[in-house]
Amino acid sequence: MSEEKQCQCAEIQEEELYPRLEEVINQHRGKGEDLIMVLHKAQNLFGYLPRRAQEMVAEGLNVSLNEVYGVITFYNFFSTVPQGRNSVKICLGTACYVRGSQEVLDKAQKELGIKVGGTTEDRRYSLDVVRCIGACGLAPAMLVNEDVYGRVKSPHLVDILKKYE
Amino acid sequence: MNLVRNHVLISIDAGTIMAGARAVEKALVDEIGKQGLAGEIAVLETGSIGATGQGVVIVVYPEGLYYANVAPEDAHEIVEEHLLKGRPVKRLMMTEMPKQQVIRKGKTGLLKEQPRIVLKNSGVINPENIDEYIAAGGYEAIERAFTELKPAGVIKEVKDSGLVGRGGAAFTTGMKWDFASRAPGQPKYIICNADEGEPGTFKDRLILEGDPHKLIEGMMLAAYAFGGSKGFIYIRGEYALSIERLEKAIQQARDYGILGDNILESGFSFDLAVMKGAGAYVCGEETALIESLEGKRGHPRNKPPYPVTEGLWGKPTVVNNVETLANVPEIIRHGAAWYRGYGTEKCPGTKVYTIIGNVATPGLIEAEMGTTLRDIIYEYAGGIKAGKQFKGALVGGAAGAFLGPEMLDAQMDFVNLREYAAVLGSGAILVMDEHTDIVDMLQSVLHFFKHESCGHCVPCRLGTKELVEIIDQIADGKGKAGDIEKMVKISEVMRDTSFCPLGQSLNLPISSALKYFKDEVYGRVPAAV
Repeated sequence: MSEEKQCQCAEIQEEELYPRLEEVINQHRGKGEDLIMVLHKAQNLFGYLPRRAQEMVAEGLNVSLNEVYGVITFYNFFSTVPQGRNSVKICLGTACYVRGSQEVLDKAQKELGIKVGGTTEDRRYSLDVVRCIGACGLAPAMLVNEDVYGRVKSPHLVDILKKYE
Repeated sequence: MNLVRNHVLISIDAGTIMAGARAVEKALVDEIGKQGLAGEIAVLETGSIGATGQGVVIVVYPEGLYYANVAPEDAHEIVEEHLLKGRPVKRLMMTEMPKQQVIRKGKTGLLKEQPRIVLKNSGVINPENIDEYIAAGGYEAIERAFTELKPAGVIKEVKDSGLVGRGGAAFTTGMKWDFASRAPGQPKYIICNADEGEPGTFKDRLILEGDPHKLIEGMMLAAYAFGGSKGFIYIRGEYALSIERLEKAIQQARDYGILGDNILESGFSFDLAVMKGAGAYVCGEETALIESLEGKRGHPRNKPPYPVTEGLWGKPTVVNNVETLANVPEIIRHGAAWYRGYGTEKCPGTKVYTIIGNVATPGLIEAEMGTTLRDIIYEYAGGIKAGKQFKGALVGGAAGAFLGPEMLDAQMDFVNLREYAAVLGSGAILVMDEHTDIVDMLQSVLHFFKHESCGHCVPCRLGTKELVEIIDQIADGKGKAGDIEKMVKISEVMRDTSFCPLGQSLNLPISSALKYFKDEVYGRVPAAV
């Protein structure tokens, strides 16, 4: 029951965001060259890019939906599925890889019970891999939202994750 | 007003923030206030001091003493012992100082160390204050350009300096500007490529965080030289602090009339915008970057036409790397002859390296072109960690080359390394000690390329997939006879037929791994022996 309620909540909130997306689009109306910038802003609003938002952006910027979708799927940053409240990204760049980031990733998948690209059922975490976040001196590194963690060993992982509700 | 007798500089960059620099800064300020020293001691924020992996780093001037791994609880001891009583806190002192100088090759004694060029202000000034940049000689170059050199003079000076692009391709910067200045069409654009995605490279981020105005001045000089009127900084979306500092710096420059219309009454108008990338390695390639700036998928374009004639929105466009542009203000200030005093005949100047992996002090260094790998590892980075042996280095990022011990004394510059079939690339040096597994390294590199191949051309899209399948088998101990030869063959086809440098450059890590570590790689394929 409470689960269902939560779900509706999320949808209602999403509904409220569309007028704000409209405002963003208005500042870039007809300017196809601003597509990536607008998508950045849209994803900031929703946490991902729902189909309806994609359609609004396509129409507002006067580009085809096909092109919008093409751009979204090309860049790592954009996502078409809902993300968890906290985005966990583990660096598999060369420097981190040699310092054992694969182990950290394995541990994270096991702890969260999801695969790379997945989101936990309670929408608390999403798990992804990144290639180099420029923290090579602190390898292996991971990101939770905007926070960078360095020298992550798999035993620390649980403590780090716990901090994020 | 009291005279400030001590300045405490605290390094605020992505790495130290993560280690808790803000909390340390607050603790220091509080403690200084508590001990009644507020008027005498100033705490200032600065960019990266050049040491990474050492927690929160602070420097106390005038002594020039470095403390590493400082925690908020240490503030009391530092303030009371050092700042009040003048007794340095030994337990926090940095044992290996980051090199804030360029070590001159072949020079000894006092001449050996000289001020840096690109990183001159990083870790010295407050990057969020335009006045500090100006006090350090900033925006003098643009003044000299306006009053003395004029556009043609700027191009000549940069050409004479022998500056080549620091992003990896090493094209002569002055030539690029010259082409753009002659190209018909208006407006003309300058783009700064700050989409630093080469694994193991974070030099541009630290330049941007430590000295954003230097980049702005470099871009102004470029635009003034070839007739550009609008600039874009294409930057990785992940570089939140760099973006924040750049935007602040741009606003300050506008407020001072250094950006905008009719700058300093010169008749030259120029403005800048920051554009966030969205995470695609291939966008480091200049035409892919331009596509992305236009709001499209970042697929590389056919060349020619080159961007200098048909770039952003079909107009003449110069794309330069952050480090390249950061060299320009000093060249214009001091002249080409001065710049040629650094580096080698064919490659003047310095190079900023990010040195990582199994070294004692990983971090950011600036070394003269032509410095040997041995000096970089042993003079600048404190040697191999924990007294282990040097096995090899991956130089130039993932698209770079593995180098074995026999290459330790090779002079590192763009031209010289090319003769050894190696590249300097973006300047990433990943040092490996005796325990590193080459096959494992190669596997990681190939996986990276498979992930980042943009899918535009067949050789790269399919080749990277094939290569990953083979290396996974080898790493698993299931390699078959002929696998290694097949990898070489595939990478050669990719080198010759791929559309852009991403696919073309994969041959380098494979062939170099086999050149220097042949026995080890073959040893992993039992069937081949």
